[in-house]
Amino acid sequence: MSVFDGLRFRMVSSPIHRLDPRAKFFFVCVMFVIAVLFNQLLPLIVLFLIQMPLVFVAGVQREWIRSLRGALFLAVMIFVINFVFAYLSPGGIQGIEPPVDTLPEYLMLFENSFALTLRFVVLIESFSVFFLTTSPDHLGLALEQSHVPYEFCFAFTTAVRFVPVLAEEAQTIMDAQKARGLELERGNFIKRIRNYIPILIPLIVNAIRRSLELAETMESRAWGATEKRTNLYVLRLKKPDYVLVMMSILMLVLAVYVRLFLPVPPLVVILQI
Amino acid sequence: MIEVKDVSFTYVNGVEALRGVSLTIRDGEFVAIMGQNGAGKTTLVKHFNGLLKPTRGEILVDGVNTRKVSVATLARKVGFVFQNPDHQLFCETVEDEVAFALRNFGFEEKTIKKRVAWALNLLDLTEYRETSPFMLSGGERKRVALASVLAWNPKVVILDEPTIGQDQKQKERLRQFIIQLTAQQKTVIIVTHDVEFVAECNPHVVLMAQGEIVAEGGAKQMLTNPDLVTKASIVPPQITQIFLELADLGLPTDLIDIHEAREALLNFLGVNS
Ligand SMILES: Nc1ncnc2c1ncn2[C@@H]1O[C@H](COP(=O)(O)OP(=O)(O)OP(=O)(O)O)[C@@H](O)[C@H]1O
Ligand SMILES: [Mg+2]
Repeated sequence: MSVFDGLRFRMVSSPIHRLDPRAKFFFVCVMFVIAVLFNQLLPLIVLFLIQMPLVFVAGVQREWIRSLRGALFLAVMIFVINFVFAYLSPGGIQGIEPPVDTLPEYLMLFENSFALTLRFVVLIESFSVFFLTTSPDHLGLALEQSHVPYEFCFAFTTAVRFVPVLAEEAQTIMDAQKARGLELERGNFIKRIRNYIPILIPLIVNAIRRSLELAETMESRAWGATEKRTNLYVLRLKKPDYVLVMMSILMLVLAVYVRLFLPVPPLVVILQI
Repeated sequence: MIEVKDVSFTYVNGVEALRGVSLTIRDGEFVAIMGQNGAGKTTLVKHFNGLLKPTRGEILVDGVNTRKVSVATLARKVGFVFQNPDHQLFCETVEDEVAFALRNFGFEEKTIKKRVAWALNLLDLTEYRETSPFMLSGGERKRVALASVLAWNPKVVILDEPTIGQDQKQKERLRQFIIQLTAQQKTVIIVTHDVEFVAECNPHVVLMAQGEIVAEGGAKQMLTNPDLVTKASIVPPQITQIFLELADLGLPTDLIDIHEAREALLNFLGVNS
């Protein structure tokens, strides 16, 4: 559940929270694209560090660290899998002449796997900053004002809104089944996965039941009766938003330029190890 | 015997749900825990089977510290029926549902059959043996949840809000059934807002407010004391309310029982019964 904790919005006011969700989303997308453009360690470290000030200005360090901790397991998996498979067939990795047998080659392999892991961490980092500083309501508003059909906006905001509810419910269900003698940590691997059935079924059934109820209550309150909806709050891009967008575009251009015309040497080479 | 020794509990989000609670519940006792929403009732009873461990202080169940044993071990002795049955029902048939805990505790198939039949009969569910629990009504689902806990015959039975959604007949059955359990020297602990039900059952009442125990004592003493009921934000039973209104006439105000009330009125009117 800790991954969800990292995405749980808490209402506070900071310059980052006040930014327009569209500008922030653009920034996140740019981060995403740049992270995918590079698979060398150096630019990914830069990407990771660039976002740190945002976290501190927004004052969401605690939640942010929690979300990273939640992603730890996946990150380790990504590292191990990359390391093992690249070891088995290291073709294509800069500076390695298969087979991998010298120390520099091992270091290179390590750097490569670590870079790919860091790419995942950067993605998690930017999404978590986005969700931690953007209220679901603003997000829905932003979608609506980007001319996304209202049904989709509504479905989206509802889904986001129910994530913490589901997480809490999962905890209660776990407690209820433990009280009936269920031991999640018992048995071999297969048995352990099967242990989760008594938790997943009530969770899914309740989610479906709740969505049907939600639909009924909405219909009974005349949802969709007026074709053209108006909003009390209208989002407007302000100066800081333009600054963020401009900076994002600049970074993107720079990144594309570096990717196309400048070779990025591995850290191992730069540090002369 | 359950001994609660100066227990405090704080949730991870910082909510201080219990503050220095001390309480002793003897074997065969029938206890009702009452108090406003958010008073900490559910939090307190979740400590009795080890689902929550105290932040400060300790809980002894038959002399065993709940910190030292697993929930599954404690659950064998302390059965807990959650407020919402939808948090635990997941099997294809009512029968399997009731057998779930028995299988977890490693009972033999022959015993399981006998216990399941017994529990279904006890809660008037035999006709639904082969039905899916999801097809039942809310009140029936609640009884399935109850049956699934009573089936393993725990020494202590905790019921969170057992009367919600039950019709008068089922409430009366529940009352009979609690009397039966206490007659077998089982401890029954209910968490409830249903003052009328408490007035009928006449248990030992524990009043809670803001994470503390405000007072405890006999149902009559607790429910007829205007100061205490205000503190715990509950409303006295209707009979008591009438007699409180009539206090000026010199009628007694400490009545919660219909028969006592009838006697008092007849006395007052000078009619011999
Ligand atoms: N899982 C949780 N995480 C954080 N805080 C919680 C959690 N569960 C309960 N609380 C908080 O702890 C306090 C006590 O809650 P609890 O559920 O024990 O109250 P209760 O007396 O059972 O109320 P009710 O009558 O509504 O069932 C409340 O302020 C509640 O908001
Ligand atoms: Mg409760």
